[in-house]
Order: sequence, then structure tokens, then C-alpha cells
Amino acid sequence: MIGRIHSIETCGTVDGPGLRYVIFLQGCLLRCQFCHNPDTWDVKGGVEKSVDEIIADLQDYLPYIKNSGGLTVSGGEPLLQIDFLLELFKECKKLGVHTAIDTSAGCFRESPTFLRKVDELLSVTDLVLLDIKHLDNDLHKQLTGMPNAHILKFAKLLAEKNTPVWIRRVLIPGRTNDPEELAALNEFITNLGNVQKVEVLPYHTMGVYKWEHLNLEYPLAGVEPPTEAEVVRAKEILSIPTES
Amino acid sequence: MTTTTLAPWRTFRTGKWEQNVDVRDFIIRNFTCYEGDEQFLAKPTQNTLDLWKQVTELTAKEREAGGVLEMDTKIPSTITSHGPGYLNKDKEKIVGVQTDKPFKRGLMPFGGIRMAKNSCEAYGYELDKETEHIFTEYRKTHNQGVFDAYTPDMRKARKAGIITGLPDAYGRGRIIGDYRRVALYGVDFLIEKKQEELTLLENDGIMSEDIIKQREEHMEQIRALHELKQMAESYGYDISKPATNAQEAVQWLYFAYLAAIKEQNGAAMSLGRVSTFLDIYMERDLKEGILTEEQAQELIDHFVMKLRLVKFARTPEYNELFSGDPTWVTESIGGVSLQGEPLVTKNSFRFLHTLTNLGPAPEPNLTILWSTKLPEGFKKYCAKMSIESSSIQYENDDLMRKYYGDDYGIACCVSAMEIGKQMQFFGARANLAKALLYAINGGVDEKLKMQVAPPLRPITSDVLDFDEVMERYDVILDWLAKLYMNTLNVIHYMHDKYAYERIEMALHDKDVLRTMAGGIAGLSVVADSLSAIKHAKVHVIRDEDGLAVDYRIEGDFPKYGNNDDAVDSLAVDIVNRFMNKFRQHETYRNAVPTLSILTITSNVVYGKKTGNTPDGRRAGEPFAPGANPLHGRDQSGALASLNSVAKIPYENSMDGISNTTSFVPKALGKTEDERTSNLVSILDGYASKEGHHLNINVFDRETLEDAMEHPELYPQLTIRVSGYAVNFIKLTREQQLDVINRTFHKGL
Repeated sequence: MIGRIHSIETCGTVDGPGLRYVIFLQGCLLRCQFCHNPDTWDVKGGVEKSVDEIIADLQDYLPYIKNSGGLTVSGGEPLLQIDFLLELFKECKKLGVHTAIDTSAGCFRESPTFLRKVDELLSVTDLVLLDIKHLDNDLHKQLTGMPNAHILKFAKLLAEKNTPVWIRRVLIPGRTNDPEELAALNEFITNLGNVQKVEVLPYHTMGVYKWEHLNLEYPLAGVEPPTEAEVVRAKEILSIPTES
Repeated sequence: MTTTTLAPWRTFRTGKWEQNVDVRDFIIRNFTCYEGDEQFLAKPTQNTLDLWKQVTELTAKEREAGGVLEMDTKIPSTITSHGPGYLNKDKEKIVGVQTDKPFKRGLMPFGGIRMAKNSCEAYGYELDKETEHIFTEYRKTHNQGVFDAYTPDMRKARKAGIITGLPDAYGRGRIIGDYRRVALYGVDFLIEKKQEELTLLENDGIMSEDIIKQREEHMEQIRALHELKQMAESYGYDISKPATNAQEAVQWLYFAYLAAIKEQNGAAMSLGRVSTFLDIYMERDLKEGILTEEQAQELIDHFVMKLRLVKFARTPEYNELFSGDPTWVTESIGGVSLQGEPLVTKNSFRFLHTLTNLGPAPEPNLTILWSTKLPEGFKKYCAKMSIESSSIQYENDDLMRKYYGDDYGIACCVSAMEIGKQMQFFGARANLAKALLYAINGGVDEKLKMQVAPPLRPITSDVLDFDEVMERYDVILDWLAKLYMNTLNVIHYMHDKYAYERIEMALHDKDVLRTMAGGIAGLSVVADSLSAIKHAKVHVIRDEDGLAVDYRIEGDFPKYGNNDDAVDSLAVDIVNRFMNKFRQHETYRNAVPTLSILTITSNVVYGKKTGNTPDGRRAGEPFAPGANPLHGRDQSGALASLNSVAKIPYENSMDGISNTTSFVPKALGKTEDERTSNLVSILDGYASKEGHHLNINVFDRETLEDAMEHPELYPQLTIRVSGYAVNFIKLTREQQLDVINRTFHKGL
């Protein structure tokens, strides 16, 4: 089985628990205005690698990740390559490696075939890192180019399956930090019942150069990262315990 | 001080250590493993704070004075040359300084009178005329002996810098006396044992050169032990008998170490492995109710403060190689016993806690003997202190224990040796990147434009052919290994003869295993160059004389540091190849050849002396330090970089494989807990991969840039470079830039 890979980071520490071997898959359907990896959008880009190749490489890192870390597949949108993901995770499970998917679920659909695959995938997935970019459908569309109904459905599906989930919110001043919306998100999360952790990811501009490189106009030009106080405020609303 | 009538060995578990000198046996039978966390640790006492303030002030004065506050320019420093000196006698629990006052550097002419003179002059002092006369006219020095015996080839190789950093003009160091013996046994017992050994060295009346040498050395050792007692007496202590409590144990041990640093200006004057040994005394005193935790910490704080005051007079050339005034007072902490029990005690924590109580510092060079089997509480505390201070290095106990047992220590940066049973002949390093250029240029030095290696047919093709280059390179390495070994033989013969380490060797067994520790520089440059030649097209650019002076690379090639076997295997091959050549030659005193991949800060100097290389590195640019990948070429994340280095086989570089890695804090995780636990995972993983050594730095690049501009705001900013830590602000600007330009793992 072959996958389209954007890149691999061997020492990830921000996408899931512990040290993570992070595979960034190529291809995404969302066009988030704040995306810091627009170079992963093109579904035809990247390099092809087989599950075997990746597993062989992964084995070199087992001593670092076996205790408290694992493997995270990010992107791009990992669910776009669900067949590849499934086979990769099955192999990971044979090695006893913790598996996580970092997704915005933009390509989730309720066709029986896809649902069957999701079902099988979740049986070999230890954690889903799910981005909820915005609860309001219109604003979501404005922000990402896609509606959010199917994404929220995916969240509910994970709740039904009782799959452990971390919800993540990229905090953009004036775009995704409306207190009312955050409060609604907090309620949504509480009702899910399977969310282990909620993370606020402060918006940053470190990916802007990639837009320029791709000759794309950066839609959030001029938007500043949130202040420390804004981050704290959002964390409070989302009931995230502050660090001691 | 109190005099006590308590029996020194009361309550200790008995064993063979009582009859013969066997500190390891004593430790194994008596230590108390501590599996908890750091909560028990005590804050500094008022005395500690007062003394440290005094040290801080003196340090600032020293910096203002240009690096040296005071020097003795007349009296050669010996164990008894100077009367006692103090910071503040009333407040110091542990006493003793190298001369008669702190921050006054001793005069050490036995390594070479010219160096002693130069180091005086470099700081505006003048060597006493009479002393200079004595050491020029009547008393020959190590340096003179070496240059008497050097061959023209050796001089040429030294000039070209293909072999460099040699201890032919400074003390070789890297010998660890078993200073614990003085605390456990008292000096009289040790003298008695040395006398017994001397009887064995009568050798049925047959006086071979070897026996004569050993007899003379033994008498010198005994003399040094007597002088050690005398020196301690000048401070009001009788150390002829064993220490009876913790304060005495620390003091006795320190006197022994002090004797060594009074007499030897060795490149590395390492301490050994003393914390768990001393803990046995502390545990006993705590149980007997004669010591509190606060007092126990105070003893260690004061001891460590003394270790931070170790200073030598050195020349600017020396500082260029070993920048930042290092002394390598390396203390090895932790590890696991041969029975599988962690040798971690409360004192392991107390030593690291000095980084909090006194603030971070490069010395003593705190070295954790890391094992995946260390207690979790200790692992986490180490990681936490690393993140806070960037002052700790890690070496793989699971790897070294197989070769050195469970009572070895690290000399200098990465050199393991059994304490009191083993020593090394330090050999600095050979520049393998320059050797590669010799292979291309037929033995002509690309900078001096002079024939240094024996003439060889130069490569004349436009594009370098891998097989042809390797064939030539192999011949050059043959020549280099032989010349290198013989140069070291000369140096160590003379060092034994003119600057013998009496007190350090007095604290060794009679029969000592010696290693001849060669070293290599430029490993990543060679690996990447060979990879470029093999996997891309490297065109040669020649000057008007046909000398290859530059290279043009067509296409991409795998680079060392990305866990890619296509190039990592080349690095492994070079190490194996050179070690095998090096071990073919006869050695002085039958020393066992070993190799290190370590450059300390000399990677900058080596780079300066080496022309353009086929990997695209420009002439003069620094090499990567130690076994590190070249700056910026490791692009697959920190773990891939670590994995590449971990492939270098320890069995062929048993003098150590240095690796330095720097993280910005948030690349280790989002919270303090995450950062600590992720660092533990990295260290466990690297140990499992059989990586040997790891320096961990955690800070933002901006901090370093700011420290360059405002050194006065960062008096204690400490960073790890290969194998040791330095005060960042004491580095030359060039070296500061080199550190800043190295890869910082930033994560995503």
C-alpha cells in the first residue's frame, strides 16, 4: 500500500502525548485561511512511500516512542488516504505503537463504504486529535472553504464509538475567539463525553512564507497572533486547567 | 573543627575492602539506593550564600581584569609549595585552594617553561627571572623533551594541523586519582600499601628498564603521599587516619584532589565518581543524628564551590583550542551496579542541586551515567535540571558497564576509565577531513601548499571517482595512523619522564591499564564529502599549480544526520578503518589504543586550518563538533540526527563519541511536565540505541544572541559544547557564533 507523504518529523512533541513520529500526509480539501502548511494541499504533490518503508523507518525510533509516545499521522488531511492509514495503523498495532490521527475531518462522509472503513480504522486508533475550527457553519465556510456539519457529525461518531479525542482550536483574534462561540464549543465538547483534553493552539505566522513561496495571497495578512491574555481567556472558557 | 574519637569504620558492612584497597567493594556493600524524588533537598545556608556572593564578586573582578586576577610568577606549584588559603575561614565547611589565596593561579613550569612564561605574559605578568633560569638551564621540561625527540615528519604534520592539539606543550591530564581512598583509608594505610608494592617490585633483583621505572615512580608516589599529609596539616587536619564522619570524608577527599591540581595543570583534571561514596558517610551521620539534611547539602555546596574555583594559568593558544577556561572537573553520577541496582543516592541529587543553590556553572562537569534502569524520580530530576541549566551531560552506562564495570568514571568529556585501575595517554586528534584533501592532492597540504604526507599520485580527473578516492584515502590514513601513534609515543614517554603525575598515580593500583587515546576530527565533513562523491557528481576546481582547491557539486546527496544508511555507513566505515589502522602500531608502555570522536571547541580551529571540502563546506568554516552532523544538514528531526550518531560503533571508539544537541524549550513539549518526560524518553531512547554521549542544551537562540551583546547580564549562562560546559560569555566571539549557528531543534 502506497501513501502520498509530505514529510516526516522524527521528534514531534506537540501532536499527541509524548514523543511522536509524525507523518504529514499530502493533500487536503480544506483551504483554511490560517493554514501553516499550504504546501500539503495539493493531492498530487509529495512523495510516494509504502507502508513497509515507513514501518521499517519507524522501527528505528521505537526506543524513543514506545513508553509514552507513539505515531501521529497529520497532514494534509489523513482521512483522504484512509486505506493507507488503515494498513499503516494495523502494522503499528503489531509493534505495540500508540496511534493518533490529527484531522479536521474535512473529507468525512456518511457513505456505507466510508463508514465501514472508519469503523475499522478506529479499532486500531488510540487517539484522534480533532480540529474544530468554528461551530458556526457560515463562518466555518468563510474560514476554511467548507461547511462544518459533517465535521461535527464525525465528532459525534467518535463519541458514539467512545474513541479518545483531543479537541483543538486554533485561536485567531477576530476570527475564532468569540466568547459566545467558545462557550458553545465548550458545551459541545462536554456533551460529547469522550474528550480527554482540549487544546488551544495560538495562531502564528510561521507558515506565511510558504504561501508566498506558492505564489498564493495570504488571506489573514495583518492579523496578529493572540496575546497571552486572549489565550488565557479562551482556555478559561474552554475549561482548560491553567498550568501551574 | 571537632576532634572525634569515633571509630572511622563503625557500622560499615565489612568486606574485603578492609584488608586491601577496594573502594568499589566498600560502596557496593554500604550504599543506600534512593528511589524517591527531589522533595527532600535543602536550600542553601546563609554561609553558603555569603561565600557564593564572595565568589561571584571575585569572578566579576577576574573578568574585568581580563581573565586572570592574580598569578604566582615565581614559586613552582607543588603539593606543599603554598601555605593555606581561604575564602572566609569562619564560614567554609570545606577548605583548601590551589595557592595561598583563591583566584591566584599557580605557576606550573614542568610541562614547559615557555608555556609558563607565555601564560604569564598573556595576562600582563612577568615570569621571575631566576625561576625561568632554573627551568631553562638546569631543569629540563616535558615540552623540551618532546621536541628533542620529534622527527621532521612529526613537526611538519603538527605545523600543517593534520595532527593537532597535542599535549606536547601542556599537561596531558585525563588521569583520575582515586581520591576516595584517602577518605576511606587515611594516608598512612595507603603509604603502607605502596611500600608493600615496592617490595614486589624488587623483582628478584632483576632490574629491567620497566622495573626501574616503576620503582622510581613508586618512590615518587610515596613521597607525594607524605606531602599530601603535610599540606592537610597546614590547614589543621591530620589525614593520616580514615575520615570518621561526612565532613571529614568530603574534606579528606578534597585534599587529595587538591594535591593533584596544585601540582598538575592537566588538560582535564577530573574528579571521578565520588557522590555515592560520600553518601555512605552522610547516611551514617544522618542516622546517628550528627548531621541534618541542611548540613549535608552545605557540605556538598561548599565542596562544589571549591571545584568551581579550580584555575590554571594557560596560554591564548590553549584557550583557542579549549575555550572558556575549562578544567574538566568531571564528576560521574548515577549508573547501575553489576548486580543491577541503581547506584543513585541522595547525594546524586545533592550534587545536581548545587545548580539551584549556587546557580548554573560549567564546573564541575556534571555527568550522568544514564541507564534505562535508573529510578524514574532521578531520571526526571536530571531532565528537569538539564532544561533549567543546560549544565549536564549524559553518558550511556548500559553501554559502558559492559566494558568498565560499575566503578568507572569519566575523565574530561567522554573518556571512561576504571577508577584507580586505569589511566589514559591523551592524544588529542587527527584531522580526517584534511587527510581526505591530501588523498586528492597527493599528500600536498591545500593551505601550506607543501608536501606533508609522502608523495602520492594526485587525482587528475574532473569528476571525483569514489573508488579512486577511497583507494588513495586508505593509503593516506595508513600513513597518518602510524605517524600519529608514534608522535603520541614520544609525548607520553616525555610526560612520564618530566611531568609525572605523582599524587594521582599514588591513588592508583600498582598495575595500571593504560590506553593510548587517539581522536579524530571532521567525521561529518568526511562522511558528507564521500557521500557527495558517491551519490552526486563532484567536479574538481584546481589552481594554476594543479592543486585541487575547490569543488562543484552537481546533484543532491544523502547527508549524515538524517538516519540514512547511504551516508551513515560511510561515517561508520571511516571510524572502523581508522581505528583498525591505529591499533596496528606499537605503543609506549603497551598502552591499549582507543579512539575518541570529540573536538571540544577545537572544531572551530580545525575548520580554520582546512580548505574547501567536497561536501560543499567552505574553507575556514568550522567542522561540526565531535560526532555531530554538520550544522543545518540534519533536517529530519532531532531523533533522526541522534540515530545517525548512535550508529558509530563504540567498540571502535571506546574513548568516547561526543554528541551535542540543542533544543528550544517549546520543541520539547508544551508544559514543563511534558518537556521533562519527553527529555527522559529521548535519553532512554538514545541509550537503547547504544548512543554513547549526549550534551543537552535547552534555550532560545535569542538568549544567546542577547548574551553576546550584554555579557554582564549573563554571568552564569552555561552551555554544553562537546564534552564540557562553558560559561557562554567566556567564549571567543567566533566560537559564540559557531554555537549559535549550530542546529537548534525547533520541532514544529
